[in-house]
Amino acid sequence: MIAYVLRRLMQSVLVMLAVALIAFSMFRFIGDPVNSMLPENASVEDRQVLREQLGLDQPVTTQFAKFVTGAVQGEFGVSYRNKRAVSEMIAERLPATLELVLAAAVFALLLGVPMGIYAALHPKGFLANTLNVASLIGISVPTFVTGILLILIFSVWLNWLPSFGRGQTVDIGWWSTGFLTVSGLKSLILPAVMLGLFQVTLIMRLVRAEMMEVLRSDFVRFARARGLSNRAVHFGHALGNTLMPVITIVGLQLGSMIAFAIITETVFQWPGMGLLFIQAVSFADIPVMSAYLVLVALVFVAINMIVDLLYFAIDPRLSVRA
Amino acid sequence: MTLTTRLKTGIAIGALTTLLAGAAGANTLRMADSSDIAAMDPHSMTESNTIGFLNHVYEGLVRYNQDLEVEPALATSWEFVEPTRLRFSLREGVTFHNGNPFTADDVVASLERAAHESSPVKSNIPSMASVEKVDDLTVDLILTGPDPIVLNYLTNIHILDREWMEENDALLPADMRGGRENYAVANSNGTGPFILESRQPDASTVLTVNEDWWDEPQHNLTRIEFSPIGSDATRIAALLSGELDFIMPAPLQDIDRINRSDGAKAIIAPALRTIMLGMNQTEKLHNSNLTDANPLQDRRVREALWRAIDMELIRKKIMRDMSRNSALLVAPPVPGYDAALDVLPPADAEKAKALLAEAGYGDGFEVGLDCPNSRYVNDEEICQAITSMWSRIGVKANLSSQTPSKHFEKVLGGGSDVYMVGWATLPMLDTYSVLSALLHTPGERMGAWNPGRYSNAELDALTAKVAVELDTDKRTAMMTEALKIARDDVAIIPLHQQPLAWAVRDGVNIPAAADNKPRLWYATID
Repeated sequence: MIAYVLRRLMQSVLVMLAVALIAFSMFRFIGDPVNSMLPENASVEDRQVLREQLGLDQPVTTQFAKFVTGAVQGEFGVSYRNKRAVSEMIAERLPATLELVLAAAVFALLLGVPMGIYAALHPKGFLANTLNVASLIGISVPTFVTGILLILIFSVWLNWLPSFGRGQTVDIGWWSTGFLTVSGLKSLILPAVMLGLFQVTLIMRLVRAEMMEVLRSDFVRFARARGLSNRAVHFGHALGNTLMPVITIVGLQLGSMIAFAIITETVFQWPGMGLLFIQAVSFADIPVMSAYLVLVALVFVAINMIVDLLYFAIDPRLSVRA
Repeated sequence: MTLTTRLKTGIAIGALTTLLAGAAGANTLRMADSSDIAAMDPHSMTESNTIGFLNHVYEGLVRYNQDLEVEPALATSWEFVEPTRLRFSLREGVTFHNGNPFTADDVVASLERAAHESSPVKSNIPSMASVEKVDDLTVDLILTGPDPIVLNYLTNIHILDREWMEENDALLPADMRGGRENYAVANSNGTGPFILESRQPDASTVLTVNEDWWDEPQHNLTRIEFSPIGSDATRIAALLSGELDFIMPAPLQDIDRINRSDGAKAIIAPALRTIMLGMNQTEKLHNSNLTDANPLQDRRVREALWRAIDMELIRKKIMRDMSRNSALLVAPPVPGYDAALDVLPPADAEKAKALLAEAGYGDGFEVGLDCPNSRYVNDEEICQAITSMWSRIGVKANLSSQTPSKHFEKVLGGGSDVYMVGWATLPMLDTYSVLSALLHTPGERMGAWNPGRYSNAELDALTAKVAVELDTDKRTAMMTEALKIARDDVAIIPLHQQPLAWAVRDGVNIPAAADNKPRLWYATID
């Protein structure tokens, strides 16, 4: 067991290093940050001096080594644009993104699971077919279009919900939450729906397929033979078995929701990490970009690691191989 | 109830009503810009939208008024006691937002801070040698040489409180090289008409009115709530839904929609920024079928390229009638501009072809054209139009549109043949800016934005004279002459001045400013 965990940890570290290296070598293609840091009338010499002081004239390998040394100590440098410590900026934005992702995931589960169950239990019903078609649309429409449509309907026409921002937030320690104020909750609705919509359709189709599969299996037939009620068979036996893989997928999707939040945050000006990243790209703010990419990689690696360890705990075959 | 108590109650009720009216926020201006304020430290960056916002919190010794003329701000008057010694009399009775009095010490500390070696804004005050306190309300600025536009530069250098900087270890500007933060990045203490109340980066920055401002307020705002909204569609939606009172910029393609809507209207005005095409004038082109010669070195070829561009069509179709075509490299408000020179002949493809044939390129040639894709108004579309206009005279432009940071990296690295740049001449608001940065032969702090290496001895000599001429009339005449030389030699192809486009809710009055920096101390809400 310990050997397995250690090996997985080693692999994770390698993945992180690879991500950081790829990210770092890409920075050479996004432009010269010095041009946006100095006034237009700065001389060629001033630009060169700043470039040297920031270490941008050094080879990529040297810059990368410096970055890794700092990152290991939790030190990501100071943002070129905002002149603030990157670690602090990310810590400030993390709550916004995590609350958004959490709300979107809850929304997706609350809507997607019942819809999937319904579609599985009534596969030929009119409503189930409608849901199926609707879910196809949900998967294929680009999310920013959904976002802008939501704003148009609920903010501009109906005037019910705010079109941008996070509303009022309350600070609990270093965590700023929008869950405790009316304006915070109202602001959360549209972005959460936009981010969660794709997941709703995904979960619905997944639950439907899994549940139909389970309903055909032997133990369900035996349960029926025992004379159990439909209700007990569907929700007592079938649903539980359906949800196992669903939970795994949703867990993995959390990572991609954090990454996909970039688009939602841009459309709704949601002050999270994704927005920070997008702005960093346009300014060529290398410290912010590298920290963000490493963090997202860390989230993916951590989730994968947890899933793997859970499998290890559940599935005895893995320990034999290990 | 005695008379005095009744009086006291009356006053109390009166005070309470005023307080409630203030709290109700009747005169709160909610505004959005496309990007956030970079930092509250005015000496830490040179982004013009940030400087424009900080002008509400901080002030300089002098400022630009609505007509872009220099007027007294924290200094009441100034005189050259020697050609290189400029003496300022400071305004009496001004206090910083924390209550500290404004004195000569603050000016000395602030100017030294801005001009410090590690300061990113030091090139915005290039002629300062040192600064000396004469008495509490008099300061001498010592220059390295005569500088006719030192005041223009000073409009952009904000004054901070020395005591406050000392207490918070902020005597030097924020600087990411040292890897440490600066107190002034997130906090502020100025003398301006508004006080920073709170700031959450990328979410909101709130200012409240400074009741003790030294100047007579012409605005009636009590509060400014600033939010950055990057997405154009969201920004407009928030204005139309009544969540915002003022947005900048308003995308040109949405102006009609805003004006047709109930309760909002667009503010369109000519702006200072001139969009132009610089050209590679070195021995070789980078992106061409010609390898032995550079046709752009020939004046006739440059003129042919200019004549082939139909700016009228671009103005009508791409800029929706809102831009101002220009034959000069500066906008009308900039000293040196001369309407008599600013005559753009109509596009003439035949003439252009004839010029090319005369220069020996009758069969045309290939040339690289570099454009940013989100820096200027409709920049990419303009370049696409130019590409097809040039193809009519046989010049095949290999167009490359990139993000601004990529574009300027390539351009300034000298890798472009023909490249788009925009120049507003800010902060100096003077033709000298164009002469020294764009037209002068590169080298010795000059020609930083002349990567095409255009070189004209006559222009260089004039630029050197303009730099030190203290007689305004003579100097302006020289700058006009320089603009004429540049035009006649087609040193750079001028295109147009792009418009500033803002939008407000009905009942909100904000005067347009050609430098694209709203001056909300002139804004009123009905």
